[in-house]
This record gives sequence, structure tokens and C-alpha cells, in this order.
Amino acid sequence: MNIYVLMKKTFDTEEKIQVSGGAIEQDGAEFIINPYDEYAVEEAINIRDEHGGEVTVVTVGDEDSEQQLRTALAMGADKATLINIEDDVEDGDQYTTSTILATYLKDQEVDLILAGNVAIDQASGQVGPRVADQLDIPYVTTITGITIDGQQVNIEKDVEGDVEKVQTSLPLLVTCQQGLNEPRYPSLPGIMKAKKKPLEELELDDLDLDEGDVEAKTETTDVFLPPEKEAGKVLEGETDDQVKELVSLLRTEAKVL
Amino acid sequence: MSTILAFAEARDGELRNVSFETISAAKQIDGDAQVVGVVLSDQNTEALADEMIHHGADRALVVEHADLKEYTSDAFTQAAMAVINEEEPDGIVMGHTSAGKDLSPRLASKLDNGLVSDITGIEGSGDDAEFVRPIYSGKAFEKKKLADGLTFVTIRPNNIAPLEKDTNRSGEVSSLDVDIKDIRTVIQEVIRKTSEGVDLSEANIIVAGGRGVKSEEGFQPLYQLADELGAAVGASRGACDAGYCDYSLQIGQTGKVVTPDLYIAVGISGAIQHLAGMSNSKVIVAINKDPEANIFNVADYGIVGDLFDVIPKLTEEIKALKV
Ligand SMILES: Cc1cc2nc3c(=O)[nH]c(=O)nc-3n(C[C@H](O)[C@H](O)[C@@H](O)COP(=O)(O)OP(=O)(O)OC[C@H]3O[C@@H](n4cnc5c(N)ncnc54)[C@H](O)[C@@H]3O)c2cc1C
Ligand SMILES: Cc1cc2nc3c(=O)[nH]c(=O)nc-3n(C[C@H](O)[C@H](O)[C@H](O)COP(=O)(O)OP(=O)(O)OC[C@H]3O[C@@H](n4cnc5c(N)ncnc54)[C@H](O)[C@@H]3O)c2cc1C
Repeated sequence: MNIYVLMKKTFDTEEKIQVSGGAIEQDGAEFIINPYDEYAVEEAINIRDEHGGEVTVVTVGDEDSEQQLRTALAMGADKATLINIEDDVEDGDQYTTSTILATYLKDQEVDLILAGNVAIDQASGQVGPRVADQLDIPYVTTITGITIDGQQVNIEKDVEGDVEKVQTSLPLLVTCQQGLNEPRYPSLPGIMKAKKKPLEELELDDLDLDEGDVEAKTETTDVFLPPEKEAGKVLEGETDDQVKELVSLLRTEAKVL
Repeated sequence: MSTILAFAEARDGELRNVSFETISAAKQIDGDAQVVGVVLSDQNTEALADEMIHHGADRALVVEHADLKEYTSDAFTQAAMAVINEEEPDGIVMGHTSAGKDLSPRLASKLDNGLVSDITGIEGSGDDAEFVRPIYSGKAFEKKKLADGLTFVTIRPNNIAPLEKDTNRSGEVSSLDVDIKDIRTVIQEVIRKTSEGVDLSEANIIVAGGRGVKSEEGFQPLYQLADELGAAVGASRGACDAGYCDYSLQIGQTGKVVTPDLYIAVGISGAIQHLAGMSNSKVIVAINKDPEANIFNVADYGIVGDLFDVIPKLTEEIKALKV
């Protein structure tokens, strides 16, 4: 089975966010694999181990994205593709990213594509469905379980807390939700092996695309931090008094009761 | 005159609140636009269309089809594309719900259009409309514009106030026949985990419990408080992981994103992934025995104390308000 995982790097969750020049300051930040993409990598490895085949991890990014690809290889993926757009594309959006990914995937033999449900930075959740539509294959978003039997695929899908059992078939794209699995940490031998695993680097030109083909369809006009929240009021006194004061503040000051 | 489609979302034959918010968002995007309420469902569409009109849609278009009972990407894409081809709109507004998140990117792809997802505010109007959306788990915001093509956005529930309902409003309701076929993902069963009662993502008040609640029984006092307040009960992942409650209650980055008027966090430490789901709530109350807990950094009001002492007293105090 030919399995592809779409993954991107994101800020480490604990990073403090700073804005400079109308954009999020990236310098010096620690990057990780987007947590939902980790579920995708883990599931891809498990499916390969059960059904055979090969796992290829793919990212649209820059030179530094190699680090997250190597981590996925160390977890157990077989091959990696870095589509480096640093020199070609100045501004992109979800259309840009999905068009590049779909163009790359059209030339591959694909049985199953796993993506994250959402990237925790821009967090639109658009890329998975957009790629599936461009490839004209079915997709199921926010999955928490998947079993494959021949061409048939049975899925558990999270729908705002309810669970849907969905039947579909390969080729297929799914997006991964928390609850699907517990991603493994790369082992030391895994990390050693990862250094020798194939990592292909492509540019737009290699996909017969130019900047105009992937021009963003949305524009970011501003990035800003939320207004500093005034320090909250921690209430004093005996519990009875605190509770009375709270209710009174909620009624008269906050006006929410 | 421009036309904006406001997509309703029906569940079990009723409209979710976010449906009405799409109408008011469409009016904010262009006050002169003709706003068309779109209802895709297997039943009751005429009545639902009237409800859209009572909430401010100028007219409504419905597609009624047996395959529009549960949401599937294939059936809803075919129905929505038929509506879009019929109306040739200048804009589209949908809820950023489970279904809206799944459907909107595919429509945008088919239309070769941009899409601004999960917006919480609209500034300016017409071609100058800019959309505010949280990024980096709510730690920052960005403003986005559509380059050209349709103005296509999804709205986060509970952020854009709906218009007042007025049953005197009237408008034309028309119906479109759509031939739905080739559904490649078949829903075999739906296991309901969410409880009856107040929908978390649309609740005005939420009482949420964390690992500090300590057990399934520990949630009882929270339910009693919620009852008095007409609130929904939510939870942190800590509480779900520990088995105190079902994952359907989880609030946060992986759970539900909520923006109630009042969020009461009980025995929740305030991890960044939890804050991602609730930090934009209008008023936040934290009840925690640890004065250093991070949740106090986002709270408007805090009580440092034992929740098993505080919550029953709070419930009594709320009860007393009513008599
Ligand atoms: C040069 C350039 C500059 C950009 N600048 C901006 C900017 O200033 N503002 C802005 O809003 N966006 C910008 N983008 C786009 C943005 O950074 C992401 O790449 C975007 O496409 C992902 O959007 P999202 O976070 O909404 O992903 P989602 O749609 O939420 O991601 C869902 C899933 O799709 C897959 N996926 C997403 N992105 C990638 C990727 N890059 N490679 C492989 N798989 C992926 C992952 O599996 C992910 O879990 C830029 C893109 C480019 C190419
Ligand atoms: C990819 C990823 C996604 C995640 N998504 C989510 C998500 O969607 N939602 C989410 O919530 N978390 C999420 N998490 C987990 C998150 O990091 C935290 O682990 C979790 O939120 C902690 O839950 P908690 O606050 O209930 O537990 P704890 O951190 O253990 O806090 C319990 C609190 O209860 C207080 N307490 C204890 N006893 C009492 C008492 N008697 N009275 C009053 N207070 C008391 C303690 O002082 C403490 O502050 C995610 C993590 C990852 C890695």
C-alpha cells in the first residue's frame, strides 16, 4: 500500500507569540511537527506494518522543514519529500499549499493519504479537503479510528463529540483527530536510521508550476495580539462571602446573570 | 444588487443557532445585499426556510432530499453546488461547525476560490470587508481579505450576534430539485454521545470541570450548578482522560471551541490547549485551590478554594436569586 502523510511544522505549543512588522515573529522559535500530523504519521506506520507498503511524508515548507521530516522518518516513515518553496513563493495561503500538494500527489500512485485535522497555527482545516477535491478522491475528516480490508475502509469519525461509523474505499484521504492513537517517540536506533533514509527535495519548477499557478486567493492585512487582559479579581474572605461577592459581580459588573 | 448565501445547518429537523448568525454576518458583509437563506435537509425544509426569513434572510432556497439527513461530503457538495450554480452569488457564509469545516474547503476548491475560515469578526464592508480570526490557538489574531472572486467565509459559532427574530418578516421560499448520486462515504451508524439539552458550542453559560473534580460523581455538583444557571457542562481533557466524563464534553484545541458569555472553570489548571478552546469567552470565572494555577491569568474573577466547598454554595446562592 502506498501511504502518504501530509505534515507541516508548527510553533511549539508553549512558545510565546510575538508580532513584529505585521507578522508572527518566527526567529528563534522552537518548531515541532503539528500535533495532529503526528497522529497521521503514527497511524500510517501502523497501517504499513499491518498491510505492507511504504510511508512517504510530504511537506511544503522551507529548508528548516527537513528537521520535522527527519523526526517522522525516525518514528518509522520510509521516505520524505520536501517541497521547498522558500525562493519561489512570497505569500501563500491554503490554496497555495493544497495546489502544490495535489500537483505533487497527482504524479504518485496513491492508496491512502493521511493529514492532520487542523494545523495549530493558521488553523483553517482547509488543506486536507482541498487536496482530496483536487485529486477527486473521497475524504473523511476528524477520524478517531480506521481499519482497512482490501479496498474497503471502515472509519470512526468524531462529529462534535458524537461518533459516526463510515464505510468507504481506497483511494482515500483522511484527516486525523485526537483519540486515533498515541504517537510514539523516535527511538535512538530510529534516529540513526533516519539519517540514511531517502529525503527528496523539490521546487515548484520540478512540479511544472510557477508562482502564478499557486498565487494566494486571500491576503493577510494585519496580525495582532489580543488586548492585554486586566488582571482578574481574586476574591477574598470566607467562602460564603466570596461566593456572594462573585454572584453580585456577575450580576452588576459583568452583567452576565 | 449583490447576493449572499447564508447556509443554515439543520440537525434532526431543527436549525442550529449558527444558522441565524450566518444571516447577520452576511448583512454585515454587505448591508445592501440580498441575503438568501439556504436550507439543505431531508425534512421540514419549508418551515426551516421561514425561520431563516424570520431571522432576516430576504428570501430562501431549499433542497429537500432523503440523502441530506446526515451530513456527508458528497451529498452536501452536490446540493450546495447546485444552489451556487443557480444563484451565482457574490458571497457565501457558513458556520465553522463539523459539517461546515468539512464542506467549505471542498466548495472553495471547486469554485477555485479563496476561503477565510473560522472568523470571529467582520470589519468594513463590501469589497473592503476584512475578517478577523484567531490564530496560534487564540494567542494572536489576523485580519484577512479575499483577493477576488466570491467572499467566502465560515463563522465561529456564538461570536456574531444574530438579528432579533421577527415573525412578521416575509420572503419568497423556492425549492430546487437536485439529483444526488455516487455517495462514496456511507454513514452506517451514528453513536450519540452528546447529551440532550444545551449544545456546548452554542451555550451562553458553561460550567466546565477538570481533573480537580476527581471522579464521575464529583461532576454531580457541577451539573446541579449548571441546572440552576441553564448552562451546559463541559470538561478539560484531563477530566476526559481520567474517565470522569465523556470526550464529547471536551473543550479545547482538540475538543470544542466555545465562546459563551460566562465560562466557569472548576478544577482546571489552564493548559494552553484548554485555553485555545475557551479564552475568547466574554467573562471567565476560575475556581481552583492552587493560587498559582495558570487559569487565573485569563480569569476575570477567581476564587481560590476547594471546589467541593465552593460549588454547592454557589449553587445555593444562584437558587436564592430566583426567589
Ligand atoms: C510562502 C508562503 C507564505 C505563507 N504565508 C502565510 C501568511 O502570512 N499567512 C497565512 O495565513 N498563511 C500563510 N501561508 C500558508 C500557511 O502557512 C500554511 O502553509 C497553510 O497552507 C496551512 O494552512 P492551515 O494552517 O490553515 O492548515 P490546515 O488546513 O489547518 O492544515 C490541515 C492539515 O493539512 C496539512 N498541511 C497543511 N499545511 C501543509 C504544508 N505546508 N505541507 C504539508 N501538509 C500541510 C497537514 O496535514 C495539516 O495538519 C503561507 C504559505 C506559503 C507557501
Ligand atoms: C495535542 C494536544 C491536544 C490537547 N487538547 C486539549 C484539549 O482540547 N482540551 C484540554 O483541556 N486539554 C487538551 N490537552 C491537554 C492539556 O495539555 C492538559 O493536560 C489538560 O488540559 C489538563 O487538564 P486539567 O486542567 O483538568 O488537569 P490538571 O492540569 O491536572 O489540573 C487540575 C487542576 O485542578 C485543581 N484542583 C485539584 N483539586 C481541586 C479541588 N478540590 N478544588 C479546586 N481545584 C482543585 C488543581 O490545582 C489543578 O490546577 C491537549 C494536549 C495535547 C498534547
